[in-house]
Amino acid sequence: MFELPSGAEIQGIIASVKASVGFFIPEIYLSLLFMLLIVVDLVSRGKKNNLLSITTLVGLAGSLFFIHQQQSMQAGELFFGMYVLDEFALFFKYFFVLSGMLAVVVTMADEQFEREVKSMGEYYALVVSMVIGMVMMASAADLLMIFLSMELVSFTAYILTGYFKRNARSSEAALKYLVYGAVSSGLMLYGFSLVYGLTGQTNLIKIGAEIAAQGQAHSLVLTFASVMILAGFGYKIGAVPFHFWSPDVYEGAPTPVTAYLSVASKAAGFALLMRFLFVAIPQGSSPLSTPSGLNWITMLMVLSVASMIYGNVVALWQKNVKRLLAYSSIAHAGYLLLGVLVMGKFATQATLFYLLSYFLMNFGAFFVVILIANQTGSESLDDYRGLGKKMPLAGAALTVFLVSLVGLPPTLGFIGKLMLFSALLAKGSVYLWLALVGIMTSVISLYYYMLIPLNMFLRESKQNDGREMKSGLIAQSLMVVLMVLTLYFGLFFTPLSDFARYSSAMFGVILH
Amino acid sequence: MQQLTTIGLNHYLTISALLLGFGLFAVMTRKNAIVVLMGVELILNAANINFLAFSKYNGGMQGVMFALFVIVIAAAEAAIALAVVINIFKIFKSVDVSERDSLKE
Repeated sequence: MFELPSGAEIQGIIASVKASVGFFIPEIYLSLLFMLLIVVDLVSRGKKNNLLSITTLVGLAGSLFFIHQQQSMQAGELFFGMYVLDEFALFFKYFFVLSGMLAVVVTMADEQFEREVKSMGEYYALVVSMVIGMVMMASAADLLMIFLSMELVSFTAYILTGYFKRNARSSEAALKYLVYGAVSSGLMLYGFSLVYGLTGQTNLIKIGAEIAAQGQAHSLVLTFASVMILAGFGYKIGAVPFHFWSPDVYEGAPTPVTAYLSVASKAAGFALLMRFLFVAIPQGSSPLSTPSGLNWITMLMVLSVASMIYGNVVALWQKNVKRLLAYSSIAHAGYLLLGVLVMGKFATQATLFYLLSYFLMNFGAFFVVILIANQTGSESLDDYRGLGKKMPLAGAALTVFLVSLVGLPPTLGFIGKLMLFSALLAKGSVYLWLALVGIMTSVISLYYYMLIPLNMFLRESKQNDGREMKSGLIAQSLMVVLMVLTLYFGLFFTPLSDFARYSSAMFGVILH
Repeated sequence: MQQLTTIGLNHYLTISALLLGFGLFAVMTRKNAIVVLMGVELILNAANINFLAFSKYNGGMQGVMFALFVIVIAAAEAAIALAVVINIFKIFKSVDVSERDSLKE
């Protein structure tokens, strides 16, 4: 059926792969780091020291150098269109490596690991492998590559969620994550197969061209396929109605893993969603026009509004802080979707900026939750009473992060929301109602976020033994750094917004 | 009669749609975690049939390649899923998905 390639063709293929490898160095480096960590674990097994975590930190920091080198490279396709290197992908490479490093630091501060597990060997290797998967997700430009990288991230996330294997809650969270994840990725794969059937292509750019050429001929099948693909992406970003796993997983997983999943895995989902939407779906000249008969914008609008309302309203009744932050992360997926569906250069910049602000404030909030749980052994809202007097610094930091999550000045979250909403309004009055929903739900979120500082500072704890609670110096200084960054960038946001603007260039598509 | 005697693309698509339906049905109605995972395998293989059929009738090797990768990924997924399920069984002495509801508001 298929002819064997000639010798000259094989030579050409090898030359092309060789040329592509030069643009693939950070991923190769990270894969080597992954293997090195396994070896280091074998050598140092049984000894209680920080060798593994330090190796991971230094290794991940080293990859930043290789990513920085790529900034001077020409944007383009690698490996026969499987992979893309552009400013957009570079932004997410930085993002994921930095969040991997923060996840490692946060894990070092968490004392629960010492109680629950004997060895941390696989843990750091898995964190690094998840970084590799997410970096590939941000660069994937082919349905096959999207599927493979997404599964790499999902599989490592399942194992990390169930890392406390003798802990019932952690194991249960892993099972739920796995079942939902497997089903939604299966549905996404079915959607991919339909897209492949319609277009005969798996490369996103070629799919876009093919769909544009076909016009509205297959709009029904295409809509069906996109709903299924959206199930896969929606599961990764944790948007309603694909959110059912997230509260349970966020509550049951080890807290550093929760922080890591809620920031990095979500951002990876958004990177994929944006690339797929912008590159593979032909754009109309005006908002809401649908050249391929596929009304993707309306689907995203429904998802976004449902996420904002559901996440913010259900969070009102939560008694567990981790669960509360899980619902808040659903709501934030809704806000980020607002930026995605506008699909302009400014809106992409706003989305990337919001991801950066979400990175700082959400990691910060989870970090403080870990430090408090180290002292009290609880994540229940009632146990936060009176903590403001015992841990004044942690209380102040958590308040700053929560104010930023609400989106009030003078924090980074405020600038993020401001940019998102102004991107919506810049398109005229079409999206005015979406901006209104966003603002109204932000007001709702003020109530449940502020419950935490209220309990910490204004309510007395039931048993007041008056003992001072102190965290380690390194943990406290990291907390202060995150807090200061949230405030500093809230006032002087130009470097971050410039970086986001520079990163909003995507290969194969021109955003206006 | 022509339609019944020669096997065409539509036959493959019908089979794969049926498999997808069975898979989703198993996932939604069954309580045993192992059976749920079998449902997931059905969904993955439904997509595989689609890829192979489209590859055969549209031409091009991408579909075949995709199906090969999906088979490998499905095996990896089964390995991880069974490890998680065995761990669940060690802790709870049961693999019933609907009984695992300690994480709730």
